[in-house]
Amino acid sequence: MRTVRTDFPILDQRINGRSLVYLDSAATSQKPRQVIEAVARFYRETNANVHRGLYGLSVGATELYEGARKKVAAFIGVDPEEVIFTRGTTESLNALSYSLGEAWVGPGDEILVTVMEHHANLVPWQELAKRKGAVLQAVGITPEGELDLEDFRRKLSPRTRIVAVTHVSNVLGTVNPISEIAEMAHEVGAKVVVDAAQAVPHMSVRVKEQGCDFLAFSGHKMLAPTGIGVLWGRKELLEEIPPFLTGGEMIREVWIDRATWNDPPYKFEAGTPPVAQAVGLGAAVEYLEGLGMEEVRRHEEELVAKVLEGLLARDYVDVYGPRDPARRGGVVAFNLKGIHPHDVATLLDQEGIAIRAGHHCAQPLHRLLGIAASCRVSVYVYNTPDDIEAFLAALDRVWEALGG
Amino acid sequence: MSPYEDLIIDHWRNPRNKGTLADPDVDVTEANVPCGDVLRLQLKVRDGTVQDVRFNGRGCAISMASASLLTEMVKGKKLDELREMREEELLEALGGVIKPRLSCALLSYRTLKKALEALGVHARRASS
Ligand SMILES: Cc1ncc(COP(=O)(O)O)c(C=O)c1O
Repeated sequence: MRTVRTDFPILDQRINGRSLVYLDSAATSQKPRQVIEAVARFYRETNANVHRGLYGLSVGATELYEGARKKVAAFIGVDPEEVIFTRGTTESLNALSYSLGEAWVGPGDEILVTVMEHHANLVPWQELAKRKGAVLQAVGITPEGELDLEDFRRKLSPRTRIVAVTHVSNVLGTVNPISEIAEMAHEVGAKVVVDAAQAVPHMSVRVKEQGCDFLAFSGHKMLAPTGIGVLWGRKELLEEIPPFLTGGEMIREVWIDRATWNDPPYKFEAGTPPVAQAVGLGAAVEYLEGLGMEEVRRHEEELVAKVLEGLLARDYVDVYGPRDPARRGGVVAFNLKGIHPHDVATLLDQEGIAIRAGHHCAQPLHRLLGIAASCRVSVYVYNTPDDIEAFLAALDRVWEALGG
Repeated sequence: MSPYEDLIIDHWRNPRNKGTLADPDVDVTEANVPCGDVLRLQLKVRDGTVQDVRFNGRGCAISMASASLLTEMVKGKKLDELREMREEELLEALGGVIKPRLSCALLSYRTLKKALEALGVHARRASS
């Protein structure tokens, strides 16, 4: 993937005299000029509201917006009517916790999450449990940082109504076996919600083959603009559950005292949607398909292997999560012994190397690991083996300055 | 400006006034919740003057070095003087602090202000 880097104008800049090494794509990805150009072109040539105007511009905007939906649907192997555009993973999961929770969860029912969830796939379910008088339980992890499937089996019960699980942990990097989880959950009649924020950008995800019921991800982590994300749901379920937001666009008929809903996905898209951002997401999907998701995955596995190998070879480093790159997504969390992650990130920043330090919106997991925070490196299509070498060399200098 | 001037490294590696006092007049704890930094500050006051001071805590090099340096600045000072102390004085003493780390550097300052408030010493004007 040698030529990819030049598609990303932001990576041309120099930080403190060095070229930027961006290793925080799990937080947000950089954007290729193809996406930037698609968004700019939309505003220059086609901007209008969608699904409303009878004039040419609006028809053009609607075609681009719906075209993006089709591209996204094909990208994850689902029907376009099942693809709901949202603001991002967080909004998808919150809206779902209301819609699904309303139709599907009652007092004494159980909701099963895991200890490795991002707060976005934890707190909405806590709140739902509170509203409904339901019980929230969390599946633990093994010492290797993988989901404890025995614990999962134990905590599943006939009262389990929702299983909410991350596809790829944004801290441990663990790739969870969604098909297996979905199969077990369906045996007790639960619905399976997958947080795919760290999966869809990085690997080929065939949603229907996984057997889950709902899935959420964010555009900005997969080369697209911020402000656009996806909630996918099985058509029959989307027909069954009520909308969360109501208003324009999502209705069929309105009287002064009542209204009927439009069909999915429009039923769940109240108000003017983020049209340009959706167009940008369509362009991002095209770009990723051009690279090939198998190739993206292969590239990241190679980089993650290099990161892991380098970190594990340094005895001043603690690494979290599985040791095998094949069982991981594109993130690696670690700590330098006795050194606060913020100090590591600040010193690396001095060398133009951007990594994340903190709890990465996964406080329960950090508490379980017995640490307040961690450093996290994450890679994407534009990273190179040189980036990893620069990072590892700089890490040695951080240790020289602060450690020992 | 390097974020880790020798002064910061020195105070981090060799903290001054670290520990606990047997009978402090004030004993307060402050935290930087997002990064998990915690700082405990104790003062012994005699005739309106800080006679002794100790800090304890855990956190990044900048927050801990800042706490160590602050204890040196505080010891022997009159409470009235401390009341007027501005955060810039601490930041300058630290040799300047880069923007993303200001909240780390100022944890000690906030803890001191909390201690003064607990002693009934209130700032006459809001610090900038
Ligand atoms: C696993 C996971 N879930 C959810 C989110 C939230 O995504 P967003 O902030 O785009 O809504 C993130 C990203 O921060 C994530 O990594």
